Amino acid sequence: MYQWDFAALWQFRSLIAVGFGYTLAFTIACVLLGLLLGLLVGLGRLSSNPFISAPLRGYVELFRCTPVLVQLVWFYYALPVLAGIEMSAGTAALVALTLYGGAFYSEIIRGGIVSIDIGQTEAGSALGMTRLQLMRRVILPQAFKRMTPPLVSQSIMQLKNTSLLSVLAVPDLLYQGQIIAHETYRPLEIYTLVAVMYFLILLPATIWAKRLETRLNQQQGA
Amino acid sequence: MRPTSNEVMIDIQNLKKAFGDHVVLKDISMQVNKGSVVAMIGPSGSGKSTLLRCINLLTVPEQGSIRVGQQQFSFGSGNKASKPLKDRELAKFRTNTGMVFQHFNLFPHMTALENVMEGMLTVLRTPKAEARAYALELLQKVGLTDRADIYPQRLSGGQKQRVAIARALAMRPSVMLFDEATSALDPELVGEVLNVIRSLAAEGMTMILVTHEIAFAREVADQVIFMRDGVVVEAGAPSVVIDNPQQAATQAFLTRFNG
Repeated sequence: MYQWDFAALWQFRSLIAVGFGYTLAFTIACVLLGLLLGLLVGLGRLSSNPFISAPLRGYVELFRCTPVLVQLVWFYYALPVLAGIEMSAGTAALVALTLYGGAFYSEIIRGGIVSIDIGQTEAGSALGMTRLQLMRRVILPQAFKRMTPPLVSQSIMQLKNTSLLSVLAVPDLLYQGQIIAHETYRPLEIYTLVAVMYFLILLPATIWAKRLETRLNQQQGA
Repeated sequence: MRPTSNEVMIDIQNLKKAFGDHVVLKDISMQVNKGSVVAMIGPSGSGKSTLLRCINLLTVPEQGSIRVGQQQFSFGSGNKASKPLKDRELAKFRTNTGMVFQHFNLFPHMTALENVMEGMLTVLRTPKAEARAYALELLQKVGLTDRADIYPQRLSGGQKQRVAIARALAMRPSVMLFDEATSALDPELVGEVLNVIRSLAAEGMTMILVTHEIAFAREVADQVIFMRDGVVVEAGAPSVVIDNPQQAATQAFLTRFNG
């Protein structure tokens, strides 16, 4: 029977804290930048000008149809060789995760907008609204309600994807865990702890997302 | 019958519209005097709804010209206006007309009052207090003062359509367009909407109604237009077009209503 010894991890608490901080910071940065990118790309893909919508579609498909781990490694190793752009591991990871998340966010946002009944556009237009007014006052307020649950679950995916940063030696939670495992020969304890920490961040997030969804469904608009 | 002026409010010349190979409007010309009420009747697919939607350019025709009040648009080859229409020009043109849709199309995230205020606030930039006062006045006019703070989801079909009429009136349009405004309603709710339209007619509002309510068209319209296959088959006073149609197509269409 295996003898668990979590006490051995106590001396590494500051390493774990750093890892926790990196994971949270990368998640927040990737979610915010990804959402911003996703909004711009999602709106751009609705453009009637094919010189705008077609390249954006290419971007979305490229990032949706390749594994995020491959993207991370590619941005870190291949891009410097091809384009002569040197990036720190952290920057490469931030760029790759933002582009990856942005592709998925943009599809959620675009889907939310096109799901709004054409009658809403017609009613707003008939009142004399410009396209911008229509988007701001009529379409987006309704679309955001529908988008919120999938946007939240995509953001949860973003957090989990930050565990891939360890591949580029970014000191996130998992990477710190690996270091501690080497030091202590206690991989079971440390990886259990890492898993529990991810779980403790994400469980409240998913419960909150579920509540939000229920509340949105109960609201008048549903 | 109400006195109508001789001032032409809507002038449509040689309008043509096709969706792909399917020609929906074939060279339509018509004029509507200020204060008159025009009912457009005809079988489905006759082009009457498309014609109505051309009047506020929700559907953009290929050829012809449309004038509503002081504003005019021309369409067709060799014409400067055949370029893609500018968003702002279109929006400005549309403030001249109010439209009521078959499926109401109320904004579900706004209360009845907010729906009526929306155009005034966003498009006309009316101060909020003023917009609110006028919106309440309009809700009173359509008999819905007590529903002001209710969201559309909790309104009956007839109530929704009356809010939609108030929303369109809030823009103080010179013309009101009704696209089968009672077709989606339960029979017992049709009357309350027709009453509102009737009172607008009595106030001298210029209106065009696409409708299947032949009896109502006869009662309220000064002019009835019967359309089929993208052309105006017959137009004139209801006493002629409905009670004494000259064309075989009109007669055949009306027999179905009179049983």
